[in-house]
Amino acid sequence: MAVCIAVIAKENYPLYIRSTPTENELKFHYMVHTSLDVVDEKISAMGKALVDQRELYLGLLYPTEDYKVYGYVTNSKVKFVMVVDSSNTALRDNEIRSMFRKLHNSYTDVMCNPFYNPGDRIQSRWALLPVSASSPGGPYFLCPYPVQVGPTSCVRSSPGGPYSCVRSSPGEPYSLCPIQSRAFDNMVTSMMIQVC
Amino acid sequence: MEWRRSYGRAPKMIHLESNFVQFKEELLPKEGNKALLTFPFLHIYWTECCDTEVYKATVKDDLTKWQNVLKAHSSVDWLIVIVENDAKKKNKTNILPRTSIVDKIRNDFCNKQSDRCVVLSDPLKDSSRTQESWNAFLTKLRTLLLMSFTKNLGKFEDDMRTLREKRTEPGWSFCEYFMVQEELAFVFEMLQQFEDALVQYDELDALFSQYVVNFGAGDGANWLTFFCQPVKSWNGLILRKPIDMEKRESIQRREATLLDLRSYLFSRQCTLLLFLQRPWEVAQRALELLHNCVQELKLLEVSVPPGALDCWVFLSCLEVLQRIEGCCDRAQIDSNIAHTVGLWSYATEKLKSLGYLCGLVSEKGPNSEDLNRTVDLLAGLGAERPETANTAQSPYKKLKEALSSVEAFEKHYLDLSHATIEMYTSIGRIRSAKFVGKDLAEFYMRKKAPQKAEIYLQGALKNYLAEGWALPITHTRKQLAECQKHLGQIENYLQTSSLLASDHHLTEEERKHFCQEILDFASQPSDNPGHKIVLPMQSFAQLRDLHFDPSNAVVHVGGVLCIEITMYSQMPVPVHVEQIVVNVHFSIEKNSYRKTAEWLTKHKTSNGIINFPPETAPFPVSQNSLPALELYEMFERSPSDNSLNTTGIICRNVHMLLRRQESSSSLEMPSGVALEEGAHLLRCSHVTLEPGANQITFRTQAKEPGTYTLRQLCASVGSVWFVLPHIYPIVQYDVYSQEPQLHVEPLADSLLAGIPQKVKFTVTTGHYTIKNGDSLQLSNAEAMLILCQAESRAMVYSNTREQSSDAALRIQSSDKVTSISLPVAPAYHVIEFELEVLSLPSAPALGGESDMLGMAEPHRKHKDKQKTGHCMVTTDHKVSIDCPWSIYSTVIALTFSVPFRTTHALLSSGTRKYVQVCVQNLSELDFQLSDSYLVDTSDSTDLQLVPLNTQSQQPIYSKQSVFFVWELKWTEEPPPSLHCRFSVGFSPASEEQLSISLKPYTYEFKVENFFTLYNVKAEIFPPSGMEYCRTGSLCSLEVLITRLSDLLEVDKDEALTESDEHFSTKLMYEVVDNSSNWAVCGKSCGVISMPVAARATHRVHMEVMPLFAGYLPLPDVRLFKYLPHHSAHSSQLDADSWIENDSLSVDKHGDDQPDSSSLKSRGSVHSACSSEHKGLPMPRLQALPAGQVFNSSSGTQVLVIPSQDDHVLEVSVT
Repeated sequence: MAVCIAVIAKENYPLYIRSTPTENELKFHYMVHTSLDVVDEKISAMGKALVDQRELYLGLLYPTEDYKVYGYVTNSKVKFVMVVDSSNTALRDNEIRSMFRKLHNSYTDVMCNPFYNPGDRIQSRWALLPVSASSPGGPYFLCPYPVQVGPTSCVRSSPGGPYSCVRSSPGEPYSLCPIQSRAFDNMVTSMMIQVC
Repeated sequence: MEWRRSYGRAPKMIHLESNFVQFKEELLPKEGNKALLTFPFLHIYWTECCDTEVYKATVKDDLTKWQNVLKAHSSVDWLIVIVENDAKKKNKTNILPRTSIVDKIRNDFCNKQSDRCVVLSDPLKDSSRTQESWNAFLTKLRTLLLMSFTKNLGKFEDDMRTLREKRTEPGWSFCEYFMVQEELAFVFEMLQQFEDALVQYDELDALFSQYVVNFGAGDGANWLTFFCQPVKSWNGLILRKPIDMEKRESIQRREATLLDLRSYLFSRQCTLLLFLQRPWEVAQRALELLHNCVQELKLLEVSVPPGALDCWVFLSCLEVLQRIEGCCDRAQIDSNIAHTVGLWSYATEKLKSLGYLCGLVSEKGPNSEDLNRTVDLLAGLGAERPETANTAQSPYKKLKEALSSVEAFEKHYLDLSHATIEMYTSIGRIRSAKFVGKDLAEFYMRKKAPQKAEIYLQGALKNYLAEGWALPITHTRKQLAECQKHLGQIENYLQTSSLLASDHHLTEEERKHFCQEILDFASQPSDNPGHKIVLPMQSFAQLRDLHFDPSNAVVHVGGVLCIEITMYSQMPVPVHVEQIVVNVHFSIEKNSYRKTAEWLTKHKTSNGIINFPPETAPFPVSQNSLPALELYEMFERSPSDNSLNTTGIICRNVHMLLRRQESSSSLEMPSGVALEEGAHLLRCSHVTLEPGANQITFRTQAKEPGTYTLRQLCASVGSVWFVLPHIYPIVQYDVYSQEPQLHVEPLADSLLAGIPQKVKFTVTTGHYTIKNGDSLQLSNAEAMLILCQAESRAMVYSNTREQSSDAALRIQSSDKVTSISLPVAPAYHVIEFELEVLSLPSAPALGGESDMLGMAEPHRKHKDKQKTGHCMVTTDHKVSIDCPWSIYSTVIALTFSVPFRTTHALLSSGTRKYVQVCVQNLSELDFQLSDSYLVDTSDSTDLQLVPLNTQSQQPIYSKQSVFFVWELKWTEEPPPSLHCRFSVGFSPASEEQLSISLKPYTYEFKVENFFTLYNVKAEIFPPSGMEYCRTGSLCSLEVLITRLSDLLEVDKDEALTESDEHFSTKLMYEVVDNSSNWAVCGKSCGVISMPVAARATHRVHMEVMPLFAGYLPLPDVRLFKYLPHHSAHSSQLDADSWIENDSLSVDKHGDDQPDSSSLKSRGSVHSACSSEHKGLPMPRLQALPAGQVFNSSSGTQVLVIPSQDDHVLEVSVT
């Protein structure tokens, strides 16, 4: 069970970051950000050896009183950082490793999505969908202009392109549905809930 | 000494130290002994006895007793050493050496182990023998000692394992086991096997940790509850002593707390690691240990007074660090900061929390409650340990001092923080350094020293911004805002506030708060009225799109332009904006009209809407993903001749690429840019920006022509100005001024002469306003009429081609001038109207080309003529127009094309003559032809032209021809030439009714020499006796040339000769077969002298051979006038003789002797050639005009049958 999972771009900006106690989100953001120091250090220290051995797991980045921070780096220098509660002694190196591997696979799936631009934040895109259509497999009706949904807004399918959302007639019942990166989200959720 | 061990462990060289202790029975280990260090490994019996008696009397008994004791304790490790002295030996020389004491002892005790008895001879002497015996003894001693050691160690390990296996049994005590395993560790340490010793401690560590974990999971061990007693002492790790006996004893007494146990365990590990030269592992393990202890205490729910653990951790960190510093030199430490910095940071963190706990960070200092807590904490530290008492910088002293006063705490905390930041920075852990810096900033803020906090907050913020971490950015900004508020940096505070007010990561209340801060400030009456606070707009509102009306963003001078922008307000509440101003840069362009046209075409599709890319989205992308370069080619052409002056490449988004990376956070906004107040502003006052999208419309009246570029967007709220320094992509609108223009162009591709044609007049008013009474004055051209139509109307369009009105056109015509009064139209409009013009057919060119005179002209030549003459004949008419806006007249040239081309031909039938006129329609239109006339212009009375055309009306279609034929009839002698004029009326076939009568089309031509003088008749006869001509057989060709008239005017030329009232002329005939159907055998031409008299006949006979079978046309017979050489005054004689010669032969032989004639002719040619050498002039041939010769046999054919033996079939096989 991880308390925070982050995917960080090669340029060190967060592609995805989620933590379970949401009230402490800020703390985890700081923690993950600080851990990048060690990630960078490890990557540069391992250098060539890392590439040769294909060892992507960076191990424990650093422990704090309450949490342990683990790192993993893909070949394209995208970093995964996982924060685990120190008191959770059930999670050993092997479990962490396999969690990272799962995360990596999910991330690969996201990258394979043709609608995902590499370097974009991995976020569920939201669209106003008629209630009937929001059931899985239902047809999607997208809205004609950006919809602000909390911090997330309805996005264009391509940079500079038209908005991929269309609002038909007002008054109809709509619900907001994530239309992308759902699988990744679900996977992260499962990793946060599931006790390995 | 090499030590071989059981369980396959690698042999090692060890150093085994041993003590020699006098034998006491009490010292022998009892059953269940756990002490290994004091364990008697080898029992040695020393004897000096060399006397058998003495041996028997005392030594033997003593030995037996000793042996029994050893056996009783099941100890098998013993050695008997017999010291021999030479001196004594000498005394007893008589004693048999065989029965020496050694042998006796060996016999008595070492029945199987003879090696258990060693002789040491003369130990004090310095002889080789002594040396040898010593060596032997020591070797034996070592071997045996090691044997025993190994055996006992193995036993001990086995015992220990057994004990460990019992750990699940109730009553098992960890402390007890700890002591046992530690004994083993001690032994290894003694053997200098630190690695093995460390393993023992690590095993203990792991075992204990596992118990704690299991306890946490509910599987409690009884003995563990003992460790769960409340923490009363937190005096940190003690690493200066190799063994902390005090703690060890407490463990032994089972009185140790968890911290004690951990402390002791770690101090041992630390000692061993330092022995192993691994100080960095100490640091690493220390950090783990400290974290672990804190966790374990939590897990075991041990009650700890607040701050106690912080004290313990702080002390421990410093202790570890000082211990490491103590055993390493500076350079080593510096290069291994990465290992120690964690401890530094941890210590800093703990000191900070202690400071907060004890009220040392607040501005006022600690209150009584804080002081009480401090006293309690200090009490838990106990007294300082003696070993550090003399050290000035001991952790104990530091902590005590730090907690003693606010100032001291500050000093220590700052020292630590700075040291940590420095270390982090030096090893490149910038993020960590910034994070510590943020803590420090927080501390400063608590201490009400915002000026010191700011730099740290800025540093951290810059770092977060650079890497796009939204939440930390928000948080740090919030702190920064507070800091700036305290510092009174109004501008910066407002900017940060605006950023925070638009930050979606904050709650609605917080955003409203920051927004209100800005509004509050803005509403304050400023003491300096002109003072403006300039803030970047980006955080306040974003420009989404812009819409021009008219959509092509081009207006004429004085026109109204609307610009509608969509601003997306980021503020959480509606904001009343006093005015929104767009700063416009104006540039005059010389060729603005051209530019306008260009612009129109380029931006036709854009629909006047410009979308702005969403500016740095809530999550700023890092500097690595800058926008791509937008490069454009730039060509600057000279306005006069459009030649290329300069060319280059322009980067359109320089301001995006070259801006400072941290620009979004940088507070300094070059105010000069913001106050770029030109004369050109678009303004919109009193707008309330609702959260979200807002539409704002600017309206402007265009003044000066040129290009206007929207540069900046400012929104002012009180004294706060939000400025968007660059509007990108570039938004421009153009204002143009246009001179009034008149444009006249035909409606169709080309104007046709003779029929009414429409011409379109376009008046572009430009800046001129057409007033009532303004008119166009057209000076009439002679041959062009302007047809006034009553119903002609003029359309008035606006510049964007929207029809605005239409009005009737009043046209007044006088002899010289046609005046068209223009409808009233405002400036920048277009008036369009159409006029009908008619180009009168001008006097047509005389179609008197002489070579067109007959049909008998070679056909090929005629074709060539047609090809070249395919384009229409044109006439230009120039009209000068006076426009009301100009004192100069405009001259307009209109080109009309004549739609027809006419050719004529003379046709003969014997002596009857016909004139054919061909009218060819070259235009695209169909016409109706009517009333064709052909008149003789010379008015000869006896000549009559009889039309053979039936229809008076005849259509002529586009690109087609119509032929007219007249027969020439005369009563008397015909004139040598005939002047004719052909005229035909025409009108466009499509038009129903024309308002005016059209002038007919005329064509004048001249026909000469049309009277037939000669008739040529050719006939081919088959060879005699044959019915038909056959191929390959010679046939005879008879040519009959007959003169049809008496001497006429036309005959009077050089060829005419007169003799005895008889006139004759010289003709040359030629038989040519161009189609190679015939082979002319013999001569094919000849000169004949033709009497000029009616019915004079000349007959020529020739032989021809048909080459093909079938109906073959006859070969052509051509007739030429045979003229003497040109010069009249040249020697007549020569010429005469020459002519005479020839003519004589012709005369002499007549027509019956063609052969000789031909020979002569040849000779004459030959002589002519040779005569040239003599300077003799050449006779000339002149073709007879086609009208003068009639070939009566033209078109006849002769049947030729194939020759009979012509049946050979050629077959070629390849």
